[in-house]
Amino acid sequence: MAELNSKIPKGPLPQKWTDYKAHTNLVNPANKRRLEIIVVGTGLAGASAAASLAELGFKVKNYCYQDSPRRAHSIAAQGGINAAKNYQNDGDSVYRLFYDTIKGGDYRAREANVHRLAEVSNSIIDQCVAQGVPFAREYGGLLDNRSFGGAQVSRTFYARGQTGQQLLLGAYSALSRQVKKGNVELFARHEMLDVVVVEGRARGIIVRNLVTGAIERHAAHAVVLATGGYGNVFFLSTNAMGSNATAIWKAHKRGAYFGNPCFTQIHPTCIPVHGDFQSKLTLMSESLRNDGRIWVPKKKEDAENIRHGKLLPTQIAEEDRDYYLERRYPAFGNLVPRDVASRAAKERCDAGFGVGETGLAVYLDFSDSINRLGKGVIESRYGNLFQMYEKIVDENPYKTPMMIYPAVHYTMGGLWVDYELMTTVPGLFAIGEANFSDHGANRLGASALMQGLADGYFVLPYTIQNYLSDQIRVPKFSPDLPEFIQTEKEATGRLQRLLNIKGNQTVDSFHKRLGLIMWDNVGMGRNEAGLKKAIVEIAKLREEFWKDVKIPGTNNEINPELEKAGRVADFLELGELMARDALNRNESCGGHFREEYQTPEGEALRNDEEFKYAAAWEYTGENSEPELNREALDYEFVEVKQRNYK
Amino acid sequence: MNLTLKIWRQKNATSKGRFVTYQVNDISTSSSFLEMMDVLNESLVIKGEDPVAFDHDCREGICGACSMYINGHPHGPDKAVTTCQLHMRKFKDGDTIVIEPWRARPFPVLKDLIVDRTAFDKIIQAGGYISVNTGGIPDANAIPIPKVNADLSMDAAACIGCGACVAACKNASAMLFASAKVSQFALLPQGRIEASERVQAMVAEMDKQGFGNCTNTGACEAECPKEISISNIARMNREFLSAKVCAPKVKEQSGGGI
Repeated sequence: MAELNSKIPKGPLPQKWTDYKAHTNLVNPANKRRLEIIVVGTGLAGASAAASLAELGFKVKNYCYQDSPRRAHSIAAQGGINAAKNYQNDGDSVYRLFYDTIKGGDYRAREANVHRLAEVSNSIIDQCVAQGVPFAREYGGLLDNRSFGGAQVSRTFYARGQTGQQLLLGAYSALSRQVKKGNVELFARHEMLDVVVVEGRARGIIVRNLVTGAIERHAAHAVVLATGGYGNVFFLSTNAMGSNATAIWKAHKRGAYFGNPCFTQIHPTCIPVHGDFQSKLTLMSESLRNDGRIWVPKKKEDAENIRHGKLLPTQIAEEDRDYYLERRYPAFGNLVPRDVASRAAKERCDAGFGVGETGLAVYLDFSDSINRLGKGVIESRYGNLFQMYEKIVDENPYKTPMMIYPAVHYTMGGLWVDYELMTTVPGLFAIGEANFSDHGANRLGASALMQGLADGYFVLPYTIQNYLSDQIRVPKFSPDLPEFIQTEKEATGRLQRLLNIKGNQTVDSFHKRLGLIMWDNVGMGRNEAGLKKAIVEIAKLREEFWKDVKIPGTNNEINPELEKAGRVADFLELGELMARDALNRNESCGGHFREEYQTPEGEALRNDEEFKYAAAWEYTGENSEPELNREALDYEFVEVKQRNYK
Repeated sequence: MNLTLKIWRQKNATSKGRFVTYQVNDISTSSSFLEMMDVLNESLVIKGEDPVAFDHDCREGICGACSMYINGHPHGPDKAVTTCQLHMRKFKDGDTIVIEPWRARPFPVLKDLIVDRTAFDKIIQAGGYISVNTGGIPDANAIPIPKVNADLSMDAAACIGCGACVAACKNASAMLFASAKVSQFALLPQGRIEASERVQAMVAEMDKQGFGNCTNTGACEAECPKEISISNIARMNREFLSAKVCAPKVKEQSGGGI
């Protein structure tokens, strides 16, 4: 077990980041030109970091598996981005954004990190406006805001239902400018297979060129992973098909601790599952809860008739509808945080009040808002989401309520990083969703975009210099060092091993089975027996995978099945760690709900005495159990209490 | 439903391609087009054949990766959707569906239905940005922007860079794509500062990449999954003309330049 040093600066909370910036080591311009940085991933965190580091003068190499950096999955974020601007004069402040985020995360995040996030949030909005991001505006020409879950102020900036797209295209444009200037070298259609560690420091990566199949060695003075989350462990999620954990999982196996792997966000408003051919789930933005009301029938027989197509939702009288969020949480109503809303939906459906063919759906109803504001206003706010819903479900949500159900969306867990965003491997950094740092056990809506851009634009460009300042005498690395050759050999060997199995079952069939084990046992409701069962079942499935998976083709061509196989092989290991972490955490907090630990009203029951820590798991080898390290979370400035949204 | 698929198969960029016919059965009408392709590919893998390679990622119509030319239309017969949002209920049992990659010289086929769209990135790299560095930016509300301009800018910015406009155009023109970016920035005060250099640089890059010119047939607008308006092309033409005619000639570029 190693000593975990979170490197939180001393001093009062609002001064920490200012003091850090004032005293940290910097690299002078002439030296910056000599230092190379690898950034893996081109989403909000990756693109903003690559662009900002290149602007500073570092030589940056940037990688993505997609055909263009503009397609990273940040593009799909819909609702918005938080900032403590207080443009609405409704009482917002840096402290309030900090406090809401800490509370929303159910007191399992680091105070200092979250405060820094709230501090830089305002600069992000300034930056994006300067880049030409067309945020929504009022008639007076100033920026508009909307409300999101877990907050009582309107602090969310948005660009229709495509905020992630616009922010990513902003970062992509900044990145493109640096590519043109020759400061960033871009490697699209390249997938990272492993990280190379030389004398205890991250010095490069092994990548596969997805067009030619060539395995390449790339060296640098530091490596930044901005490779997103691992929600695709569940097969069905709102993640893109290619979203994967390979980069962070390989880093974990090379010595980076994995923080809070069991903290997964199940988003309450997704389009319900409708068949076993389904390949992914589609999110309906949380912003819809501003104007939509969530309900199920009050009477079980009504729900049953709806399921059998004998009754339409519009035929249910107002007094026979159960607006269960407004009933249970009058203060926050339909805008409770995501974990609370998801569990409440599951509770109603489990109790037999669910709607839709499967009974696993609740209504999100806009009829009140349409009557109050007119169809035009609703269309201008959510038009593209309504259109998307209609294309998928073939029902008109202006006329009949939407059906929604929770789905896997985001992973709060990720590589453990210190205040400088460095993992336990010196020189290896993790930013954005790939790290574990800021959201605790539950992320609030519109905070992922904020964190991704905060890390990339305003945090990493400072903190990475503290590491690089003592690397200025290190000459450019040769990717021909024995460590590079050895790591490349291992990566090639693994691909060859996969191709040689020539079994009978497809990669997707294994992925789907893993997803079911995860959803049933490591999903919205978890318990000891289920988690123990999952650990055994995942190990068995993993064994079967390595004996019987069938991958056509070769390594020397575009081979999507081989790409998927590598990713699923890693999910089969990570899934087990998630179950182990969930089993270890004998409490309920945020998105981690252990059925054994709940209040009489069914709310999450934390155990601060024993579990007020971040779990940092250490890889100890293929056939040995991972070791748990604990980073105690000291709440110096916030009083830790039971979350209350009533 | 049961369907016959005629799919373009091509081993790699240098080999010759051909159509191959496949049969898929028991497809659900509520599955998406790509889920139907998944079913086909699963059956090909089991048979030990090479599955059909195609680009796809988010499967919710926003990343712009998917790119199939279906029955003579980019992204298929439905209006205002990407291939991943096209659902099988738009077809009839027993239909024959022809599936090809984007056809345009600047988008060479890499394998089967996958093409190389790096040329689009090059156009953006030529000038599709506002030259600001991170930090040191005035408050976001310092410059009010008329709502109508912000909305028009957003309409243009909705482009997903899929390349359907190029695939639809008989000239393989990238005017709709380039003009959407030119318009997004030209409509905003922040973007006006470099508007003249931007439009010239992007048009020059478009030509260099081998895209054709616009002859106003409007196919791009009709097939665009995000319904980007062809009026953006008119705006780009105006920007280009005024840049050529009115822009002051500077002897030497100083500082960062665009």
